[in-house]
Amino acid sequence: MDLLTSILTITIRAGTSLTLATIGEILTERSGILNLGVEGIMLLGALSAFATVFYSHSILLALLVAMAVGALMALLHAFLTTTMRANQVVSGLSITLFGTGFASFLGQRLGPATNNFRLVGLRAERITPLAPAGLKDIPILGALVQQDLLTYLTYLLIPLAWFFLYKTRPGLWLRSVGEDPQTADAMGIDVVRTRYRYTVLGGILIALGGAHLSLSYTPGWSENITGGRGWIVIALVIFSMWNPARAIWGALLFGGINAVQFRLQASGTNIPANFLNMMPYIGTILVLVVMTWWEALSKRVGAPAALGTSYMREDK
Amino acid sequence: MRKTVLGLLAVLMMVSLVLPATAQARKPLKVAFVYIGPPGDLGWTYEHERGRLALQKYFGDKIETKYIENVPEGPDAERVIRQYAIQGYDVIFTTSFGYMDPTLAVAKDFPKVIFEHCSGYKTAPNMATYFGRIEEARYLTGIIAGRMTKSNKIGYVAAFPIPEVVRGINGFTLGVRSVNPRAQVQVVWTNTWYDPVKEREAAVALLDAGCDIIAQHQDTTEPQKAAQERGKFSIGYDSDMGKFVGDSVLASAVWNWETYYIETIRQVLDGTWKTHQYWGGLKDGIAKLSAISPKVPDAVKKEVETAQKKILGGWSIFTGPIKDQSGKVVYKAGEVIPDDKQLSMDWFVEGVVGKVQ
Repeated sequence: MDLLTSILTITIRAGTSLTLATIGEILTERSGILNLGVEGIMLLGALSAFATVFYSHSILLALLVAMAVGALMALLHAFLTTTMRANQVVSGLSITLFGTGFASFLGQRLGPATNNFRLVGLRAERITPLAPAGLKDIPILGALVQQDLLTYLTYLLIPLAWFFLYKTRPGLWLRSVGEDPQTADAMGIDVVRTRYRYTVLGGILIALGGAHLSLSYTPGWSENITGGRGWIVIALVIFSMWNPARAIWGALLFGGINAVQFRLQASGTNIPANFLNMMPYIGTILVLVVMTWWEALSKRVGAPAALGTSYMREDK
Repeated sequence: MRKTVLGLLAVLMMVSLVLPATAQARKPLKVAFVYIGPPGDLGWTYEHERGRLALQKYFGDKIETKYIENVPEGPDAERVIRQYAIQGYDVIFTTSFGYMDPTLAVAKDFPKVIFEHCSGYKTAPNMATYFGRIEEARYLTGIIAGRMTKSNKIGYVAAFPIPEVVRGINGFTLGVRSVNPRAQVQVVWTNTWYDPVKEREAAVALLDAGCDIIAQHQDTTEPQKAAQERGKFSIGYDSDMGKFVGDSVLASAVWNWETYYIETIRQVLDGTWKTHQYWGGLKDGIAKLSAISPKVPDAVKKEVETAQKKILGGWSIFTGPIKDQSGKVVYKAGEVIPDDKQLSMDWFVEGVVGKVQ
């Protein structure tokens, strides 16, 4: 495998969990709900997926359990922010704090009693990357096909989410709820139900992102396996300007940066690692600057106008 | 009714006056540990936790130990350490380099509490430091790696470019080159002590670059697992990683804090504790070589034994001739790098590929 293909392979692999979670968070934020619980939900997704596969030996069941856990946590967030109209930032942060702690707690208690640290350091079934004969040796294309099934699912999800948001009626309803819930409500769209639905859907995708870490990318459970990737997702949503099609570039940039910088180090280059680590964040700042100008020119892109605000029918 | 209540209160007050006095008589020594990661990292913190458990078992109800995990270096650490001091802990062990200044700050405010900081260099009348020459064990693992590599490229996943890590890389490389002068040690920095995903990514990058053995200075077993998945060997650090990963881990340089912790607490209980800077090595048992994997031939094991005897006999692994990366002799034959120069080491020996950034 040539260097470019090998870097691209690992970049896509690293970017999968980020892309899944970013699309999930985009759908959530499009409905006007800011979910800062990404880090916590990813950790719980990673833990529940690994715990399930350890006991049941079934990858499919593991994915289903992770999705259910993600849905449950997101449901809690939706309930707190939509029905109870709690502050979205506070609710999201508490979900992250809870998820981080609870995942570590469970990780030390689930698993066989013979293992000192229970689930930590154990092995189980994993999702292995495919290697289709004939295709895998083609440069560049080889990187795209030598991936696991969750990555293939992500390939499908990106155009689907984009098509849904911009080309279908429910997508339009979703966007209108995030832009102007009052008007959407007046048009007969159920704002509360829409927000519930996409927050939960978002939670499912975020948890799948976490499951990808513990089932495929770094198989096994270790505490804080996400290492702050949930926060990168929050930045990626902004980077992609709430557009699923653009999420891919951000995820590849953030996911690939380590792959690239470790390889540059291993090949003995002179570019400092810290400089490379900084690049995606500079990218995000640049995108924000450009976006602000663009927004001033035309009202077409940018954050959903009602993001972070609760909706109450009587409010004016 | 009121009288009975008052009477009861009076009795309670008298009891409460007597109780603390009796409790004080056999009050156990309170010992706290502050950890940078979770004990379940199976590496650095795992070994400290093993030391704490051994300590508790040794002294039984004479002491009471407690730990707190995942404490970030910086302001959070100071808050946690101060909290322990306020709660009346008598001895506080802080087990990461970045806890040095926070520990010192709290030590100044609590002169009666004893502070023990691992891997730093600042002390106070009530604050001591302790660490070990793990590079002596690394030197021995280097001999194994030097003999077992086929590509003559050995990868090294390293956390931060600080003297502790640099010393380890140099000790390891000197071991490698003592038996295989053509082998090179390729270093990749991750800039984190604990991040399973990054540690694995760095190891994979090194494997892709043609390294066939992965050594590391990190807190988890991910680099070892990544090497194993590619069918390659690895060298463990912190704990006997072969136990968690398998015999693809040829040997590990391991910490053994138990003896030091027991000795320190004994001194505190005897009242003979004084501030110090402890820096033990293989001969003190604080740094050790783990059991060697069955994949290593007996001839190599013999070689390791010979070197180990030499070190136990007082020979320093940092004995010249030692060349730097440019090939220049920096320490002449027979010259030993003095301790202070070892403690501030910021350059690589010949055979290391990479930079101290």
